[in-house]
Amino acid sequence: MMTLARRYRFSASHRLHSPELSDAANSRVYGKCNNPFGHGHDYVLEIAVTGPVDPRTGLIISTSALDRFVRLHILQLFANRNINADLPQFARLVATTENIALVIAGLIQQHWAASFGAIPARVQRVHVQETRRNGFEVLLPAAAGKSQARIGAERILVHG
Amino acid sequence: MFVTRKAEFSASHVCRLPALDDAENRQLFGDEANPNGHGHNYIVEVTVEGDPDPVTGMVVDLKHLKNILEQHVIEPMDHRFLNYEVPPFETIVPTTANLACEIWRRLEPQLASPSTRLARVRLFETEDLYVDVTAEDLAA
Repeated sequence: MMTLARRYRFSASHRLHSPELSDAANSRVYGKCNNPFGHGHDYVLEIAVTGPVDPRTGLIISTSALDRFVRLHILQLFANRNINADLPQFARLVATTENIALVIAGLIQQHWAASFGAIPARVQRVHVQETRRNGFEVLLPAAAGKSQARIGAERILVHG
Repeated sequence: MFVTRKAEFSASHVCRLPALDDAENRQLFGDEANPNGHGHNYIVEVTVEGDPDPVTGMVVDLKHLKNILEQHVIEPMDHRFLNYEVPPFETIVPTTANLACEIWRRLEPQLASPSTRLARVRLFETEDLYVDVTAEDLAA
């Protein structure tokens, strides 16, 4: 078993605002991120895939097939969008990076079997970096698809 | 404790299986299958596990680690065409996973001592693609 990790980049805008909270409470909880017109980030999405190396091809997974999958199911939805206004998943869900990571992990799990069901590779973690100073990671359990993704770790991430 | 040292080498490669035709190779390997090859600035991060020596305070002498990396990875691979010049890639495809495994195989015996072991090799092919090999992966 080995792990291959691939990074994708997308730029999107969002606003952190919970319909459950008053305007004053939203402002207190989210600070600048609650500014009414929103703001944007260059997100970095890292997807780690675990599996045996195919002895014939030398691949854990075809990187170009993974790229097509991520483009179709994730980047097409998020890239150059206003996450709050353009994505139905966030109609009531606050567009924190925690929730963005969970939604992405859910989309991957939902579509994975149709594209990669024939190979033993599975997604082990999804990491979303909002800025160079913060990143959020969802660990996916080995029985992917059966139980819901959970937040495994939140940490400061410094690349390079 | 874990100590990680980074090294860089530049090499060219091509990912193709002779048994497949061009379209099949492209489907599997994408642009990596371009027949005449292309190059990368590979970055390898080598992590050694051990306890600091009570006298020196070091897990591993970093000069020693640097020399091992230089001798067993950088010297044989830097500015080479992996498929033609670096065994075993005349017979197996130099994918990131296979190259990471080969680096592991070359380094592991050099770093095994009563107090240290190789814990992880992380190989970046580009800034956006890396493969990890760990002791646990190989034991599984």
